[in-house]
Amino acid sequence: MQFEYWLDNFWSLTVGGLTQGAIYALVALGYTLVYGVLRLINFAHSEVFMIGTFAVPIAWTAIGYGRDAHPSGLGSVVLLFAVGLIAAALASAATAMLVERVAYRPLRPKNPPSLIFLITAIGASVVLSEAVGLLVKRKPMGAMTLIQPKEVFTIFGTSVDNVQLLVVGAAIGMMLLLDQFINRTRAGRGVRAVAQNPDAAALMGVNRDRIILMIFMLGGIMAGGAALLYMIKVGSTKYDAGFLLGVKAFAAAVLGGIGNLRGALLGGLLLGVVENWGAGLIGDKWIDATAFVVLVVILMFRPTGLLGESLGRARA
Amino acid sequence: MLLEIENLSLHYGRIQALHGISIEVGEGEIVALIGANGAGKSTTMRAISGLRMPSSGKIRFAGHDITRERADRRVVRGISQSPEGRGIFPGMTVLENLDMGCYTRKDRAGIKEDLERVFGLFPRLSERRKQVGGTMSGGEQQMLAIGRALMARPKLLLLDEPSMGLAPLLIQQIFTIIEEINQQGTTILLVEQNAQQALSRAHRAYVLETGQIVKTGTGAELLVDPKVKDAYLGVA
Ligand SMILES: Nc1ncnc2c1ncn2[C@@H]1O[C@H](COP(=O)(O)OP(=O)(O)OP(=O)(O)O)[C@@H](O)[C@H]1O
Ligand SMILES: [Mg+2]
Repeated sequence: MQFEYWLDNFWSLTVGGLTQGAIYALVALGYTLVYGVLRLINFAHSEVFMIGTFAVPIAWTAIGYGRDAHPSGLGSVVLLFAVGLIAAALASAATAMLVERVAYRPLRPKNPPSLIFLITAIGASVVLSEAVGLLVKRKPMGAMTLIQPKEVFTIFGTSVDNVQLLVVGAAIGMMLLLDQFINRTRAGRGVRAVAQNPDAAALMGVNRDRIILMIFMLGGIMAGGAALLYMIKVGSTKYDAGFLLGVKAFAAAVLGGIGNLRGALLGGLLLGVVENWGAGLIGDKWIDATAFVVLVVILMFRPTGLLGESLGRARA
Repeated sequence: MLLEIENLSLHYGRIQALHGISIEVGEGEIVALIGANGAGKSTTMRAISGLRMPSSGKIRFAGHDITRERADRRVVRGISQSPEGRGIFPGMTVLENLDMGCYTRKDRAGIKEDLERVFGLFPRLSERRKQVGGTMSGGEQQMLAIGRALMARPKLLLLDEPSMGLAPLLIQQIFTIIEEINQQGTTILLVEQNAQQALSRAHRAYVLETGQIVKTGTGAELLVDPKVKDAYLGVA
């Protein structure tokens, strides 16, 4: 135990944890959306995220900003951010929709036990990560530094930099948009209807397959956003970059209450902060273990997660 | 005929629930479908609304073959169902539930009109617009399910046990409302355990026994039929 170290660095550990947690939260949304509607754990979602991370440097390089480029001026940074976001969102959403069409939809009319879906989910995950692994010869891929970290302000003596602010701000912004979409639009009403009562939704004229495809698309877009923020923060990716992050994002979704959009946000931020505290308290190599110990402990006391309810139950 | 069901069979896995039934519903009618528990009444409704696909036979609606059509497309054609056990959306308010009823409609003026009509038929729903569906009483949920089905402005309204779980006074009221809806121009196919009420309100009726139609006639005829009396009307 390095209690003093932890106390001395409390705020910097917290800020760092929130930044990482914001990325978990965005990825967690994908698990939670699909679970809320289909009661299915889409294990391939970690690869949906991973493919988004590759799309970012590929898109930047394609428009002339390779690994060593130095974008200058706010205008070009904003433009590159937009290009990265669109590329990652497109790649991730397309992957997620492909998984739904190829791995899940063909099974649905036969109404198989949920174990079958779990197996195809794991299969889809392995196929995607291996496919990318072969394609890039299992080498890491780096991206240019879009934003040089620069202190913006200090809080309790800890500096908060522009990258951290951007990651947290962009993640929360995307989640608010999603929340509005689900609660305010007609399509969002369709999503809630299918989650709460699929048969009744069909009787209202909701096309279930279309809603499900849309759910995968939305989860993919959120994962794409997470992928861009990850590349801005970390700067490099690998074919297996989705694995641990995906497991943690799933844990975050469960922690907040799977199926619950706001739970994903809470769970993600909390997991990011707590694991960073754990790393500070008992050493960096314990960071992953801490995350899962916290998950288990919280589930012992609140088996349905912190916010409990599912998308099915959630009120607008 | 608005609805023609011809020789329809339906299986749940290896269990055959319907054995070649034929039913017709004419425009403007109230047709009742009565039968014991497990006879296949709800199954027939599910086949008409598209929640379950039949294994053989035909379903025609307004002259179109809809046997294998997706459920959501049938809603657009004008078929609307209030399912057995109500099937409301528990996490949505009364107003949101009713809104789901007109999911496929775009005519704002007509929707507003129909909302007023539903509130006119069920004043209770109007008082409770903001209440969450799942917290409504059983009877209130039943009204909500019927009101929601009406919001689609259907040509054919399928009601699966609308009187289930209602107090005796409310049962009278529900059947009066059903007649009112019919007089306002909606064709109704009604499944009921309460055979007395159903037969006295229906123009025609079918008796379903273990997946087969065993009797059909006008409501008045079946009300005095000795076998029907014995089996479905109790000692009355
Ligand atoms: N999902 C299902 N899987 C297997 N069998 C089913 C299923 N749904 C219904 N059945 C069977 O099909 C038969 C007809 O059921 P159905 O629900 O249509 O009866 P019902 O006439 O509506 O009865 P009730 O008056 O009790 O509502 C029953 O024997 C029932 O057990
Ligand atoms: Mg039934």
